[in-house]
Amino acid sequence: MIDVVIAGVGQMPVGEHWDISLRELALQAIEAARADAAGLQPQALIAANMLAPAVSGQAHLGALIADFAGLAGIEASAIEASGASGGAALRQAVMTVAAGAADVVLVVGIEKMTEQIASQVETAVAASIDSDFEAVQGITPTAQAAILMRRYMHEHRVDHACFAGFPVVAHANGESNPNAMFRKAISREAYNRAGLVSDPLNLFDVAPSADGAAALVLTRSELIPPDFLHPLVRISGSSLVTDTLALHDRLDILAFNAARLSVERACRQAGILPSDVDLFEMYDAYSIYAALTLEAAGFAAPGQGWRLAEEGRLGLDGALPISTFGGLKARGNPGGATGVYQVVEAALQLRGQAGANQVTGARRALVQCLGGPASSAATHVLEVVN
Amino acid sequence: MEIPRHWRLKNQRYKLVGEVCPHCEAKLFPPRDICPECGQEAKTQYAFSGRGEVYSFTTVYDAPAGFEENAPYTVALIKLQEGPLVTAQLTDLGDQPVAIGTPVEMVTRRLRSDGDERGMLVYGYKFRPLLEQQAHPA
Repeated sequence: MIDVVIAGVGQMPVGEHWDISLRELALQAIEAARADAAGLQPQALIAANMLAPAVSGQAHLGALIADFAGLAGIEASAIEASGASGGAALRQAVMTVAAGAADVVLVVGIEKMTEQIASQVETAVAASIDSDFEAVQGITPTAQAAILMRRYMHEHRVDHACFAGFPVVAHANGESNPNAMFRKAISREAYNRAGLVSDPLNLFDVAPSADGAAALVLTRSELIPPDFLHPLVRISGSSLVTDTLALHDRLDILAFNAARLSVERACRQAGILPSDVDLFEMYDAYSIYAALTLEAAGFAAPGQGWRLAEEGRLGLDGALPISTFGGLKARGNPGGATGVYQVVEAALQLRGQAGANQVTGARRALVQCLGGPASSAATHVLEVVN
Repeated sequence: MEIPRHWRLKNQRYKLVGEVCPHCEAKLFPPRDICPECGQEAKTQYAFSGRGEVYSFTTVYDAPAGFEENAPYTVALIKLQEGPLVTAQLTDLGDQPVAIGTPVEMVTRRLRSDGDERGMLVYGYKFRPLLEQQAHPA
C-alpha cells in the first residue's frame, strides 16, 4: 500500500476578500502550500469549488487556476460535491497519488461567496438540493437544517438551548485563530438571545458564508527528502459516501447515514475505531449538523450528541476536541474550500504547529465534510508520521 | 426559467402523481422508477390522496431569487397518509398556529415567478391545514 502524505499546507484568512479575485485568492493559498512543501513540483491540480459558475460566472477552474498559478500544461480539473467538495477533491488526489498516476498532486479549495446579494447566494446554494422537488418549493439548506432541528427537538424532547455548547466551543477556538472570520468568544446567554434565522434556528446556529482558499500538496512518502522541514502527516483513511439527495426520500431524516458510513469506511481503512482519534474536525455548518454528526460517527447515541458539548467534552482540552480552529461556525464556511481548510487545520494540529489552538499530544485526527444534509459525506483519517 | 422542465412535471405538481412498486407495493413520491425498498423497477403510476400531516416545518425569511415576494413563508416536510415525506410550502395559514402533527391537504398555488424576465409563473402543490368540517366529519 502506497503511503500518501501531506507535504505542504496553505490557507488564506477566511472572510470578505473584496480586494482580490477568485484566481488571486487561489494562487495565494497555492503559493503558501508549495512553500510549505519545500518546492515539490505538482504534476496535477484538483480544485474544490461549489459555486463559482453561479456566483462568479466562472466554470473551468482547473485550467484557470493551473494557468494562473504558473502551472499551465499540468493535469487539472475541478470537483463539486456541494459542501463536501473539499473532501471529495482530497479523495481524488489521494487516489491519484496512491494509483501512481502522479507523484505530486496539488489540491486547492476555493470559494467566493460574499460578492453577490443574499437572494442570489441563496439561489446558488439551493442548487445543491433537489431542484425539481425541494428548491422549487422555496426551501433552502438553512431551512432544511431548521426542519431537522425542530424534528430533533420534538423526537428527543429537548429545548433549543441544549445546542448552545456547539457555537460556544467553536467561537472559543476561533478567538485565537488568525485565519478565522469571527475571532470572538460568545456566551451561552448571547446564544439564547440571538435573533431567529429560521425558527428554531438562530443566528449562532448558522455558520457564516465566506470567501476563502486553502491548499494541500500530496505526495508519496518515499519522495520526501530525509531532512524535510516539518513532520509529515499520512492520510491513512479516505472515504466518500452518498445518501439520497432529497431529505424527504429518507426513512429517518435524523440518521445522517452517509456520515456514519463514511466514518466507518475511513476508520476501517486506517485500522482504527473512531474513539482512537485525538480530535475531530467536523462539519458544523449548523449546530444541529454537529449533534447529528457526532451521533452518526458513533460518539453519542441518537438524541445525545448535544450532551457532549453540554458536558464540556469537545473543547481543546476535552476528550474529543472538535472544530479546533473555530470550525465552520467561527473560522467561517467558504463552501467548497471548507473541506480543505479542515485538513490544513488537522495537519497543523498533528505537526504540533497549532499554536494557541494546539491539542496536546495530537497524533491522529478524523476530518469530515458534508454536502447538504449529509447527502455527500467525505471523511479522512490523518496520522502524524513518526 | 426552463419551460419544458416545469411542463414535464405537471402530473407531480398538479396531481401529486407518484409511483407504486409492483413488486413490494411501496408508494413512492416523487417518482423515481427504481424502488428504494426492493431495488426493482417501479414505474406504475399512483395518485396520492393529498392528505397528510406536518412532520416538521420552519419559516424562510431570506428567500432565494423568485420567492422574495412571498417571504416570510412556511416550508415543511409533510408525511403523506400513504407514507412518503414530501417537501412543500404551507399556505392559507391565517392566524392558525402550525405544529408537528397538524393535518393538512394539498392545494394548487403559485410557487414562484421569474420576475420581469419573461413573466412566467410556476404553479404546483402546497399544503393547507385541513378544513374544519373535513377534519371532523359529521
